[in-house]
Amino acid sequence: MTPFKKGAEANLYLDDWYGRKVVIKNRVPKVYRHPSLDYKLRVSRTIREAENMHEARKASVPTPIIYIIDKENSTLVMEYVQGTRIKEILDQLSSEERDKVCQQIGREIGRLHNVSLIHGDLTTSNMIRVDDDKIFLIDFGLSFHSQDDEDKGVDLHLMKRALDSTHYRCAHETMRSIAVGYEEAVGKESASRVLRKVREIEYRGRYFSQRA
Amino acid sequence: MRRLCLGIESTAHTFGVSVVSNDGVIHSDVRDIYVPAAGRGIHPSEAAQHHNSVAHNVILGALKEAGTKPREIDVIAFSCGPGLGPCLRVGATVARALSVYLRRPLVLVNHALAHIEIGSLTTGARDPLVVLVSGGHTAIAAYAERRWRIYGETEDITLGNLFDMFAREVGLATPGGPEVEKMGAQGKELIDLPYTVKGNDVAYSGLLSAALREYRKGVSLYDLCFSLQEVAFSMMAEAAERSLAHTEKKELLLTGGVAANKRFQSMLESIAEDHNARFFAVDRRFSGDSGAQIAWNGILAFQSGVTVKVEESLVKPRWRLDQVDVTWRS
Repeated sequence: MTPFKKGAEANLYLDDWYGRKVVIKNRVPKVYRHPSLDYKLRVSRTIREAENMHEARKASVPTPIIYIIDKENSTLVMEYVQGTRIKEILDQLSSEERDKVCQQIGREIGRLHNVSLIHGDLTTSNMIRVDDDKIFLIDFGLSFHSQDDEDKGVDLHLMKRALDSTHYRCAHETMRSIAVGYEEAVGKESASRVLRKVREIEYRGRYFSQRA
Repeated sequence: MRRLCLGIESTAHTFGVSVVSNDGVIHSDVRDIYVPAAGRGIHPSEAAQHHNSVAHNVILGALKEAGTKPREIDVIAFSCGPGLGPCLRVGATVARALSVYLRRPLVLVNHALAHIEIGSLTTGARDPLVVLVSGGHTAIAAYAERRWRIYGETEDITLGNLFDMFAREVGLATPGGPEVEKMGAQGKELIDLPYTVKGNDVAYSGLLSAALREYRKGVSLYDLCFSLQEVAFSMMAEAAERSLAHTEKKELLLTGGVAANKRFQSMLESIAEDHNARFFAVDRRFSGDSGAQIAWNGILAFQSGVTVKVEESLVKPRWRLDQVDVTWRS
């Protein structure tokens, strides 16, 4: 079978599974990595992804349903979600639409954080808009549990970085809208603590200056 | 018309001067490198003193090697940041003096961007995803609309820092990268060390602490060097692969001091191949800091009309790559 999509760490295949359209996500061995490190990473991420996607779903964050976990082959079979990647549409939306979509993204991230789930790889490639009213989050391979503001801050920092680099024309407004949605989900106090962390993390990076 | 640029590099260890022409020919490249005492890191004011004492000879050397008279130089460029303040000010002072004395325009160059431009010049890469790894940088960037956009970056120390600090603590010489590479070549067993990738970002301070902990436990230094390299490079390679998949660029360019590492090159080459991208590594002679990168970037900037008045040529120790307005790339 040829993959319908080749991601950074996995090949995705479309298949039919008892009448349902499914995605087979196979984390392929990376020849550039030491074999034992490679195996460890593939297996642990496969398990994390399955567990945490399921947990996100329970917290009513839209994620694909997991049907099969094949640990040995680092492969998951999951629901196929029909929609558009946010990466492809964000720059084209009207600013009202964009604000709406980003607030919703912020709410979904907030819902994850409310149940101590950190996504770990928030980019617009990992979000799918479905039926114009739902945002599915995918790619939970780097997700983990934490209640720390630091970890939540890093999560949002990565989101901000993805906007700054890929959606530079609307990075500022989209991040602001995400913050609005996030605050709505986690509450004012928690949101301002985490957003303060986001700035702190940025300044900790190379050559950032508080004065700039 | 042929134009000659004299570039001065002085962000950290290296005081380097080079003459480069606008057709991309590097006519000379002379460097004098400050070496801290064994077991010590770079001391900014000592490094600056070093630069002060060698500046005269390095400049004369670069002119002589190029067969150029001072009057034939058309433009003076210097590395204005990011880097160590005292070191940057030596290069800045020398550049301003030359600019005033020879009555030639002055150009400020961002050191990180210069690593990218010399990488592009020596490889022919046109629109690459760039992996910039050195003592001062560990970042993944691509160009769009007059800016280099950062896709991933270290959240704490750089790859160069990691190897330098490790080497210093275990009694190896600095710069640590080549030493760790040499020792690691004799290691076999992969020791369990923390692997930290956050999206396209990496963080190395936890890895450094863990590696030093293993060292104090008496683990073989060969195996430890081997494992440190494997883990540190795999993390960065993965971040690069994520960025490559996300940006869908067709070229991958490795540049900066750590780019000389063969193991890291082979990892990125494998990734590029996997994603149908062409892989380029900066010419080994120009991976480390040099006046050539500054002179080449300087002439590019100059030809697009970027110059600065001497009285406004202040150094910028924290001048980030993504803050530079790039006027010479399309």
